[in-house]
Amino acid sequence: MAEFKHRNIIALRDLTREDMELLLATAENMREINSRDIKKVPTLRGKTIINLFYEASTRTRTSFEIAAKRLSADTVNISPSTSSATKGETLADTALNLLAMKPDIIVMRHAVSGAHYHLAKKVSCSVVNAGDGAHEHPSQGLLDLLTIRDRFGRLDGLKVAIVGDIAHSRVARSDIQGLTKMGSHVFLAGPPTMMPPVVEKLGNVTVCATMREAIQDADVVIMLRIQQERQGKTLMPNAREYSRYFGLNPENLKLAKPGAMVMHPGPINRGVEMSSYVADGSQSHVLKQVENGVAVRMAMLYHVCGGELE
Amino acid sequence: MTENLTVLLDESGIKRALTRISHEILERNKGVEDVVLIGIRSGGAFLAEELAQSIAVIEGAAVPVGAIDITLYRDDIKSHTPHLPVGKTEIGFSLQGKKVVLVDDVLFTGRTIRAAMDALMDHGRPECIQLAVLIDRGHRELPIRADFVGRNVPTSLKENVQVVFSAQNQPLEVVLEK
Repeated sequence: MAEFKHRNIIALRDLTREDMELLLATAENMREINSRDIKKVPTLRGKTIINLFYEASTRTRTSFEIAAKRLSADTVNISPSTSSATKGETLADTALNLLAMKPDIIVMRHAVSGAHYHLAKKVSCSVVNAGDGAHEHPSQGLLDLLTIRDRFGRLDGLKVAIVGDIAHSRVARSDIQGLTKMGSHVFLAGPPTMMPPVVEKLGNVTVCATMREAIQDADVVIMLRIQQERQGKTLMPNAREYSRYFGLNPENLKLAKPGAMVMHPGPINRGVEMSSYVADGSQSHVLKQVENGVAVRMAMLYHVCGGELE
Repeated sequence: MTENLTVLLDESGIKRALTRISHEILERNKGVEDVVLIGIRSGGAFLAEELAQSIAVIEGAAVPVGAIDITLYRDDIKSHTPHLPVGKTEIGFSLQGKKVVLVDDVLFTGRTIRAAMDALMDHGRPECIQLAVLIDRGHRELPIRADFVGRNVPTSLKENVQVVFSAQNQPLEVVLEK
């Protein structure tokens, strides 16, 4: 019988294919809870989960909170404006103070890549990564895998195009780790300013010169968000030009396989990464991604509680 | 067959027991109106399918069948021991006002049944819950008693009772492991 032995989930890079299979299988079966009248099971009753979000988030924080509550855990939300970080407290001090209140899991989002490894060394409870800088976003990676598997019934042998700001995307990194370990073929496209300098280090991926090349005959097209608050102004001349070369519209979507899936981690910059026609079209699985997010996070919280102390 | 294994029921013995339980369910409930079968994964779910077929043969009417996974309702989930994989719960009908016959393969401490009843209540409010088990091996830790029993088998705590199923989920035999 498969066993999940990790106490923390910080990156899909750290998980094996078997680990991910187990998390996906659990998430798949947990979906049933979300469709009931009484959307709650007693599994994590008495457990305390702290959602420590140093960066703004609607989707991920709400999704983690709903997931925890559906498993009957108690949740506390800490956002940057209400945190002592504004008074200059270090992450390590915040962590130790929180730990003194005996939480079982800390779910953290942080702007610094690798902050979670630092946190995990400081605390004895489980640490779950809800996004760290440009490093990884494992829950988004897993929910993307689940959404793709729902549609095709498998992940191996699929052509998946990831288009946009690869260099600064934690979603891209988690997707690449997850998809390549599960046997998908990943093709990347984006402006040269948005490609990592040593792109091969991301994994077994094919880098394409143009977006057309990447999405040609693709089963899945994952569009990434232009992070306007961070790199939008410095790495591209303007949104219109970006949209012309790297935006998904009904015309270039025809290059992909008929009925190919369109995905986006959100929030969508409509008219930049993709047109509204595509975002709201029949091939878009964006809302399905959000729906699957709750089940995937329930599976993550459930299994880290049973992970071994490292 | 190794020396420490004793066959308690063979395939035909299981079939006879399930047929008898089917008759008892029909007698108790005066037919199949509002009766639904819910099997506890995994063995109970397979047996619920068998009982539904048996009832259909006897009564000429179909009984809705569902399956429930109780992993998320267990009372022995601990931190830092690997959590069990979660199975699928499939109840494609409302339990409101229904006479639910909960089906399991082996009744032992009663904790699985307690968890299953908790899980059922989260799906609706049945009129009543009855319990059908193929084997009752004793050693109850909770005040739970089965309404329909295939066979009572007094066991020691060192022994283990297992219902063996085929690859097609058909019950083949019940073995006692010493």
